[in-house]
Amino acid sequence: MKMVDPDVMVRRDDDRQSQRAASQGVKMSARDVKVFYGDNEAIKGIDLDIMENEVIAFIGPSGCGKSTFLRTLNRMNDTIENCRIEGKVTLDGEDIYDPSLDVVLLRAKVGMVFQKPNPFPKSIYDNIAYGPRLHGLAKRKYDLDEIVESSLRKAGLWEEVKDRLDRPGTGLSGGQQQRLCIARAIAVSPEVILMDEPCSALDPIATAKIEELIDELTESYTIAIVTHSMQQAARVSHRTAYFHLGELVEVNDTETVFTNPEHELTEAYITGRFG
Amino acid sequence: MSSTMDSAADKRDQIQSRVASSLRRRHAKERRFRMFGLAAVMIGLAFVAVLFVSIFSRGLPAFWQSSMTLDVYFNPEILDVGPAPVRQQDESPRDFEQRQQSWRTRLTMANWNKVMQDALIAAKPELEEHRRSLRKLFTNGEKYRLRDMVAEDPSLIGQTHSVKLLADAEVDVWVRGNIDRSLPDSRLQLSPEVRRIADQLHDEGILKVAFSTVLFTNPDSRSSPASAGLAGAFMGSLFMMMVVICLAVPVGVASAIYLEEFAPQNKFVDLIEVNINNLAAVPSIVFGLLGASIFINYLRLPLSAPLVGGLVLSLMTLPTVIITTRSALKAVPPSIRQAALALGASRVQTVFQQVLPLAVPGILTGSIIGIAQALGETAPLLLIGMNAFVANIPATPFEQSTALPVQIYLWQGNEMRNFFEARTSAAIIVLVLLMITLNALAIWLRKKFETRW
Repeated sequence: MKMVDPDVMVRRDDDRQSQRAASQGVKMSARDVKVFYGDNEAIKGIDLDIMENEVIAFIGPSGCGKSTFLRTLNRMNDTIENCRIEGKVTLDGEDIYDPSLDVVLLRAKVGMVFQKPNPFPKSIYDNIAYGPRLHGLAKRKYDLDEIVESSLRKAGLWEEVKDRLDRPGTGLSGGQQQRLCIARAIAVSPEVILMDEPCSALDPIATAKIEELIDELTESYTIAIVTHSMQQAARVSHRTAYFHLGELVEVNDTETVFTNPEHELTEAYITGRFG
Repeated sequence: MSSTMDSAADKRDQIQSRVASSLRRRHAKERRFRMFGLAAVMIGLAFVAVLFVSIFSRGLPAFWQSSMTLDVYFNPEILDVGPAPVRQQDESPRDFEQRQQSWRTRLTMANWNKVMQDALIAAKPELEEHRRSLRKLFTNGEKYRLRDMVAEDPSLIGQTHSVKLLADAEVDVWVRGNIDRSLPDSRLQLSPEVRRIADQLHDEGILKVAFSTVLFTNPDSRSSPASAGLAGAFMGSLFMMMVVICLAVPVGVASAIYLEEFAPQNKFVDLIEVNINNLAAVPSIVFGLLGASIFINYLRLPLSAPLVGGLVLSLMTLPTVIITTRSALKAVPPSIRQAALALGASRVQTVFQQVLPLAVPGILTGSIIGIAQALGETAPLLLIGMNAFVANIPATPFEQSTALPVQIYLWQGNEMRNFFEARTSAAIIVLVLLMITLNALAIWLRKKFETRW
């Protein structure tokens, strides 16, 4: 168990963040995080805290590094060849890039939902059960059934699929597939859920359902969501972080960001002058 | 104002007519291209049709052969070899074996031709005066078959049994008209007398052209061409196929999985990749040389053995299996890998639980096509002695053997053209059917695993 150096926190954190941190507790924190793809520096030193049970939205123009940053939070960047990460990311004060830390454990705690729904070409049941089986969360079939049901219920999909759990997950509609992926992520009881543009491939009705779901999930999970839709960020998030060319320009309460942005780049982006 | 509008309208008309004329050209081009494509397909199909018609029309007759079903009397006077030796109590195993050996030798030395001649004369007594010519009617292998019957069951001596005796290959060729009957005597193998008797027997229905399983049950034969079969070559090919399946498939799939999913991306791995692709393009005869020098000269493995053939073919098939397996793995969408990794699956779990099951149809198809390729390969086998004449059916992969394509090669070079042309085509039919079966299996497996979802 490694603790975050308190000096670093005080020195780097801005006032508002530390206030929230004090009131709500920091779930994850990034300190001077840099990501390189080969020689190309995709993220240029980001400091950010993610609070417990909040929804934080990452917005910014394409290529600004918001997805890359999201993926540093559960080390999905590790899977990319010649990607190098500097800086420190902690989860509950524990360094997630510590060589002694098991990345499997980290990903069980920090789940992820991707841009395109990616259910396994297996039954709905097996899709949900895959994670719990991996981690040995259910000892008996009955327990597993229960996990599957509760995950599907939390994802608001149970009523729609309860009669066809043995049917392929790939046979569902796009929105249902994405909720299936969310249910799959929930099934391993993560603490944080990362969502990488989860609605960009969905129609407005399916999008609305996912947004509703995010709202409900925030009671038990911390959620970081990357989105291209500013309306979505405004609707679902408590705080919004604006990224620009690999740098974190501004992070604030969502309302503040959208009504009274501190930085002119943020203002330019949210008023649609570029993006 | 109106003039500019006019000119704009003019210009639009002009553009439209230009588009229309170019459209005609484009359509004509498309039609031409479709015609070319269709013609190419037609030509290809025509070649395949010609090939199949020619092979089947030549090869199918080989499954029918001239034979005589006669009542053979195992005459004790001719087969005067005494009773089969029985082991005495005080006899050493060696002595017993020796006695058995000498009994067998006497049995072999018996005048089997006379047994067969008598059988034919019994069916048609007026042939007695041509006794000497009758032995020419039977193929040489039949006397050994009769001998083996007795060796297996000595109580046959003194009994009469109905046996289907194969006619000599030359007789078969003559009777079925596979030779120009107007040729002068000096250019025919059979004497006029034998030819006349053969025709007579054929007319009377004693000598019949009937379906024969010889091709499937016998190994190759030179002294008795009529009883030459494919069984030895077939078994040899089967053993080689087994070696390839046991060796090339697992090694190839494993190395493909490692290269595709686990290997770091660096110069060394790139070099390996390039060389695997190069290996796939190496002429197969080079693999034969490699096999001869490594497996036979260095490792001292037996010459002409299906084991060595299988090893050489495995080397040859390996690149194919690796390349097809890699492309099957590449075809699995990366999103599946990410989904599994994000749930906390390790690399190995991701590959074996999610990626590999999706790649199985592709891997199977690739492997089976690789095996089929190996099955049809001839050149490398010539270099490791598998073109030797082998007159028995191998029981293990270590025994001398030949292979189906090599058998085709050997038969097609046989000097008895009239007879072996049909045999060659028949062997091709067997090989082609085997290939078609394998490819059908590949398609079936692919469909089966794909339609699951």
